[in-house]
Amino acid sequence: MADDGGRPAAGRDGWRAAAAQGLYAYGLIVRMWVRSTLAYRASFVMMAVGNFAACALDFVAILLMFSRIDALGGFSLPEVAFLYGTSGLSLGLADLLLGSMDRLGRRVRDGTLDVLLLRPAPVFAQVAADRFALRRLGRISQALLVLGWSVTRLEVDWTVGRVLLVVLMAVCGTAIFGAVFTTGAAFQFWAQDAAEVQNSFTYGGNALLQYPPTVFAKDLVRGVTFVVPLAFVNWLPALRLLGRPDPLGLPGWVDFLGPAVAALMCAGAALAWRYGLRGYRSTGS
Amino acid sequence: MTDPAGTDPEPLIDVRGLEKVFTVRRKAGRLRRVREEVRAVDGITFQVPRGEMVGYIGPNGAGKSTTIKMLTGILVPSGGRLRIAGIDPARERTRLARRIGVVFGQRTTLWWDLPLADSYELVRRMYRIPDAVYRANLARCVELLDLAPLLAVPVRQLSLGQRMRGDIAAALLHDPEVLYLDEPTIGLDVISKAKVREFVREVNAERGTTVLLTTHDLTDIEQLCRRVMVIDHGRLVYDGALDGLRAAADGERTLVVDLERELPPIDGVPGARTVRVEGPRQWLVFPAAQSAAPLVTAVAERYPLVDLSLREPDVESLIAELYARGATGTEPGRRTPDGQGAPA
Repeated sequence: MADDGGRPAAGRDGWRAAAAQGLYAYGLIVRMWVRSTLAYRASFVMMAVGNFAACALDFVAILLMFSRIDALGGFSLPEVAFLYGTSGLSLGLADLLLGSMDRLGRRVRDGTLDVLLLRPAPVFAQVAADRFALRRLGRISQALLVLGWSVTRLEVDWTVGRVLLVVLMAVCGTAIFGAVFTTGAAFQFWAQDAAEVQNSFTYGGNALLQYPPTVFAKDLVRGVTFVVPLAFVNWLPALRLLGRPDPLGLPGWVDFLGPAVAALMCAGAALAWRYGLRGYRSTGS
Repeated sequence: MTDPAGTDPEPLIDVRGLEKVFTVRRKAGRLRRVREEVRAVDGITFQVPRGEMVGYIGPNGAGKSTTIKMLTGILVPSGGRLRIAGIDPARERTRLARRIGVVFGQRTTLWWDLPLADSYELVRRMYRIPDAVYRANLARCVELLDLAPLLAVPVRQLSLGQRMRGDIAAALLHDPEVLYLDEPTIGLDVISKAKVREFVREVNAERGTTVLLTTHDLTDIEQLCRRVMVIDHGRLVYDGALDGLRAAADGERTLVVDLERELPPIDGVPGARTVRVEGPRQWLVFPAAQSAAPLVTAVAERYPLVDLSLREPDVESLIAELYARGATGTEPGRRTPDGQGAPA
């Protein structure tokens, strides 16, 4: 967890203490929101079902497409479903954990970020946990269902290694999307209305990753590989898993760079966050 | 109550040459932007010993809130040295947070959607307040601030006065050493204001909590603080006793005399001049620093005096006077010994 606005960290111990403090505060605030959500159970169930249905409609669109065609960009329905499930799961997890961060711009504008700076907890944890929305489990469960179905239909020999690769994909994908959420939030320290830019990379990126890379122009694929490396969320590892060639013809080891890319993006996001918080100027009154 | 700050070996709040410079980009032409430096706080120095209540006043945009934000760790200073209870707010914000309490009149520090009681529970956990301390403090706040009927109400449904009381309680649950009150009575009715002031006074008296109060309502200062600091254009223009402020601002007092009958304006009383005559009643003004006694004697000796009353200048006009002089640049940072500066 990135702590205070670039205030010099007091060595590794200080950093660890801040991380522990952040997790503790995150847990506290999340628990509180979950409790207050569950106080209105019917409302929560409806919201979660709504979230589930909204995501499911995406997949219905894919199903409709496949009622006319047998393959999309050379990918069968279970293969597309696999891409859909892995991307949706990663985004869903990141959205659940950090999805409230796009409210940062509003907090900066109306000055309520000041209040978070008065509490004995890292601001990052407080912003991330703010309005923790349990209804986002809807997206996660829908993605898991599609992923589960695709796994039973894929002609893949499920060795332990391959199962672990899928788990690793989900973890790295979550980290990559989480880094995008955080970087986008950090950007809102300067441009308070930048939430839409960030959304185009997260929700928009997810819409992209649901389809096989072969249906897109090569320049676009290059963009999401080298510029905003969303391709590491599922495309590259999934291609390896499904035994498909990489449309960019990159060397094989690139498929396994997911964890490194995720770690780099998280480090970059942490730096951006620190820098943004450090430069925070508060409002007039 | 306090010795003149600065001689205190270890003041709780120690501010030396504090500065905050904002760079603003201003539009100049279609695409060009001009960078401009705004010195919101321009070299402020003061100390507050433990247990003191200090008023911090100034016109809008003078740098009050910016100072408070640096003292609480919200903003990182551009220059100068700053210690609260030995802690540098910019470096150890979270450690400082456990030792200070902050109330903003303009916005709540509570969780908007939570009932008051849940907000307090969250504060307890976040600040890791020991159970016994928490229960005692909460009980006391609930009693003194009449919070019992409000505990189950979500913060967003509270009235301004209720919310303010709720906020003050939240700021005190963890036994802070310093309490910052940023316009705590703004928008409150007379009764709520009185209640808030009474409570702050009690907390200060019983706990020895140091209080730094910014306000536009000078009654707050008159009722709570003996010492007052005035800031204008980012600089301290006065730091000292409230009474001394009157002298510093060259305020004038007014002597209203009722004579037996209508007479021409009173004349020849040294140091005083008659500004108004209305039948047998006359108004004389004289410098606030001057004693009224010889003046009364002089008038009584020569005129048939029936009754008299003395009017102090109100603080508002004093401060307006100070601001006006600050703008033309008279000596800043004037100080009188605390509590001693009262004119006889």
